[in-house]
Amino acid sequence: MGLKLFNYGLSGNCYKVRLLLGFLKLDYEIVPVDFYPGLEHKQPDFLDINPLGQLPVLEDGRVRLRDSQAILSYIAKKYDPSASWLPDRDATKFSQIMMWLAFAGNNLVAAAADRLVDSSATFSAPEIDKGRQALTILDDQLAERSMMGHSWIVGETPTIADIACFPDAALSNYVGIDHEAFPHLRNWMRDFRRLPNFLTMPGIPEFA
Amino acid sequence: MTVTSDMTTLRQWYPVAYPNQIRPESTYDTTLLDQRIRLSRDDHSQITAHRLADDNSEMATIPIVQRFDTLFSTLGDSPRPLPQIAEFSEDDRRIIHCGSFRVRTSPCRIVENFLDMAHFCFVHTDVLGSIDRPEVLSYKTEYHPETDEIWAVDCQFFQPTASKSAAASGQGLMAHYSYRILSPFSVMLYKSAMNFAGRFDAICLFIQPLSETDCLCYMPMAILDNVSTKTDIIDFQQSIFVQDGIILENQRPKLMPLTPRSETPTRADLSSIAYRRWLKSSGVRFGLQSVEGS
Repeated sequence: MGLKLFNYGLSGNCYKVRLLLGFLKLDYEIVPVDFYPGLEHKQPDFLDINPLGQLPVLEDGRVRLRDSQAILSYIAKKYDPSASWLPDRDATKFSQIMMWLAFAGNNLVAAAADRLVDSSATFSAPEIDKGRQALTILDDQLAERSMMGHSWIVGETPTIADIACFPDAALSNYVGIDHEAFPHLRNWMRDFRRLPNFLTMPGIPEFA
Repeated sequence: MTVTSDMTTLRQWYPVAYPNQIRPESTYDTTLLDQRIRLSRDDHSQITAHRLADDNSEMATIPIVQRFDTLFSTLGDSPRPLPQIAEFSEDDRRIIHCGSFRVRTSPCRIVENFLDMAHFCFVHTDVLGSIDRPEVLSYKTEYHPETDEIWAVDCQFFQPTASKSAAASGQGLMAHYSYRILSPFSVMLYKSAMNFAGRFDAICLFIQPLSETDCLCYMPMAILDNVSTKTDIIDFQQSIFVQDGIILENQRPKLMPLTPRSETPTRADLSSIAYRRWLKSSGVRFGLQSVEGS
């Protein structure tokens, strides 16, 4: 049995899951999906696995999950005995993490991600503005945290909120959003890259 | 934007789509050299192409041909013929394309990056190059007058993971390369194929310049590999391409300078120097800094 990740290498959402699996040093099987150009995730075989036609999907025995935020929560809850990636006993921290997971799955998407492969996509100004707005909100949060002496989005140690926000924040540079305006975001991304067992993905170099 | 007046650039074939991007009885709009064009597939699966006017109405037809699993068109009269690449007709090869990737820079920069071996160990660390073996060994460039092509031959480079099929072996190898500059904005490489002694994978890079600083890159390949899945091969090539894309989009100026001393060449840049000279002698201006500016 074991963990099985339906994966595409250039997807920021798949990368979130690979990051956490890496931080927790978990073994897992990768099922590569020809997302582009094959559009395999829109074919009947894959729609049986996820009717939304989206990646990633995680299987763990008989459990099958879609949505990277839900998958992060599952892995942290099940495989991190220290509960440091998802401190679920503290109502405030837990719900703040949920808040930032929702932010990563909604607002922050405008900042980047799967446009790495959408060759026909044009980078419309309103969309880039939305991405910038989301990064500003994240940068403000990190500024506030740093004034209190903390480096991470919630709490004193990195959580799945940081993992969920990292890929699109880092990839936004690639789609043309300049990070000069976000000093706290840059510090946070630097700290994130220094975490033990950090993994890169194409589009997100190891050092920046 | 107005269409370029650079006749050399106009008289080339350019990739404009993969066949499967145009569904039956539908159209696909794109841009070539600042000219908007429309590809249409009729109910007999025939594909035609037209220039588009400002109001989106179809104007003159332009030619369309399918080669290397890719559709090509041209805006010029009597275009330079498409290259012959024998590997695409060999029975035991797998013809795979990796989609088209947007890179916001000059097509000349993209060709030059494709030719450059010196960046392997820094940009494709642990895959196409190893930090402790960064040296580019001596190689030769040749001009082939019968096809008007530039070749770089006898290239070799130590690669930790030269290809998807090489990954399985877990050890690095000395990869042998030859490069062919096929036209101002298309280039290919031959690379020693793992498990097929003496034979080479053929990997092409055909560029569709949307404008002087915005391109779509097509990478049809004729690969010798009876081990990897298609998805794995695509994943390998795409990952490399995205790593290059970041570097390319950060190069300034976006238009490539041609004046000899504006960017410092080293021995590794022999093929780049040959490419730049050939562009100049061919009269290409598209994607290059104007000489007046130097």
